[in-house]
Amino acid sequence: MTHQLQGVPLNHYIWLSAIIFTIGVVGVLTRRNAIVIFMSVELMLNAVNLLLTAFSVHSNDPSGQVFVFFIMALAAAEVAVGLSIIVMVYRNTQSIDINVLNRLKW
Amino acid sequence: MNIIITIAVTALVVLYAGLFKAKKALLPITLIGLLTALGFVAVSWNTDQVYYGMMQMDNFALAFSGITILGTLFIFLLTQNYFAKDSENIAEYFTLILFALVGIVIMVSYKNMSMLFIGLEIMSVSLYILAGIRKSNFASNEASLKYFLMGAFSTGFLLFGITLIYGATGSFDLDAINNYLVGNYTSISPMFYSGLILMMIGLSFKIGAAPFHFWVPDVYEGSPTLIMSFMSTVVKTAGFAAFLRLFADTFAPLHDFWMPPLMVIVCLTLLIGNVTALFQKNFKRMLAYSSVSHAGYLLFSLIALTANSANNVLVYAAAYTFASIIAFGVLIIVKQKTGSDHFDSFNGLAKRNPLIAFVLTVAMLSLAGIPLTAGFIGKYLMFLNVMQEYQILLVAFAILNALVGFYYYFKVIVAMYFKEGKEIELETPAQYRVVLVLSVIITLFLGIYPAVILNLI
Repeated sequence: MTHQLQGVPLNHYIWLSAIIFTIGVVGVLTRRNAIVIFMSVELMLNAVNLLLTAFSVHSNDPSGQVFVFFIMALAAAEVAVGLSIIVMVYRNTQSIDINVLNRLKW
Repeated sequence: MNIIITIAVTALVVLYAGLFKAKKALLPITLIGLLTALGFVAVSWNTDQVYYGMMQMDNFALAFSGITILGTLFIFLLTQNYFAKDSENIAEYFTLILFALVGIVIMVSYKNMSMLFIGLEIMSVSLYILAGIRKSNFASNEASLKYFLMGAFSTGFLLFGITLIYGATGSFDLDAINNYLVGNYTSISPMFYSGLILMMIGLSFKIGAAPFHFWVPDVYEGSPTLIMSFMSTVVKTAGFAAFLRLFADTFAPLHDFWMPPLMVIVCLTLLIGNVTALFQKNFKRMLAYSSVSHAGYLLFSLIALTANSANNVLVYAAAYTFASIIAFGVLIIVKQKTGSDHFDSFNGLAKRNPLIAFVLTVAMLSLAGIPLTAGFIGKYLMFLNVMQEYQILLVAFAILNALVGFYYYFKVIVAMYFKEGKEIELETPAQYRVVLVLSVIITLFLGIYPAVILNLI
């Protein structure tokens, strides 16, 4: 299995991750729904995970895959806190559209 | 390592003390824990321990840990009765601040990119909660959500940068990356350059440098004032220490590559921070923009990398931290009495409250950078450093910005001494007085006798 994966050139992984990452960035910048923004952020993190794993397998160095575990664990913590913040905002405003959040001016 | 363990254990003990309704014990336990941590900082001075290649407690890390722990200690002293009116369970506030401090100590002492990420996340996740801790207050909600979305977004950039650098060098270790740069100076992979730029963007978001500063004023204004004082002093110092450790040490061989984009960031930060602060009518929001402009001065040390860069940042961060703590402390007292944080609520304050007016004046002079205060020494060292590289235009630009700063910092001094207002007498609890007077003494002492801190690192 590892051999087959290593048959795929590293460049393909880099391009795939870069594209997924860019989709995430564009999603954060253009969407107005807090949950969708949040999902786009997760997309960015998962692009990073994929790329880290690819690099790690490519260079036979396990530390990259260990880093992936760190990212997963901390992303889960972030999800827990982030979703509760969104719930808190929803309770006060009955909306999760971030355009509601303009009480404070630029 | 002892420092981190002490703070983390203190946080847990405080949480249990809250569980058993020992409200009176919270502050003493926290203070004892932080003083013990400070003791460990002093004891491990000059030992330069490395923990499994993950963290390095060199003098740089210890000096910044010391400043951040001392700043947190002062902010804790200001908590008297502050949280009590928001909630019954104040132990959580203490614990979250302490956990954020654990993240900060990791952030200033990392030797491996994974530790940078973990420290940053421990700090950020605690701060997302702290920013939104007033659950029914809309501004606090908004600050929390904005901070969270921007923080998660910037973490994505930082991680992608780390990944690309890992791909190019095959390691997360700072020394290994530095060796790669020195060894392959002529054939550095293009991935490394993109990774470096992405990390710069991610860290600029975290320290609130323009053009990635837009979340700063909203988040700072929306969060409770005490949390804002923690974010804009201690957290900011930690962010700069992390930035410095990476760019001034590890990426130093590529200085010619990353200096021009950083210069753009510095100029934009100074300009936007100072000019926008000019037009603020609200003292709290003015302090938020002034914290953006101070980020610009702090980044100045990276334009010209010399042996003194790290120490200059330490001096500036110390000056900024203590002056800001005074400003926020006074703001909390004034807001409790007048219910507003506009400049107008400072009118005529000096008549009945000479001590408060005096300490706030010293703080504003230090932030503006007037001689005999610590802020002057900080700015002087920064400018001197860049002058040595003959970047005269940049220094002239920064001095021009400092002059703009005089205007808005003096606005509050003028309001206190020369404007007519309601003659109110402020209630200053004893703990506030201790913090304010101690901070003033530190500010003046560093300004008159800076030699103690000049060659620390």
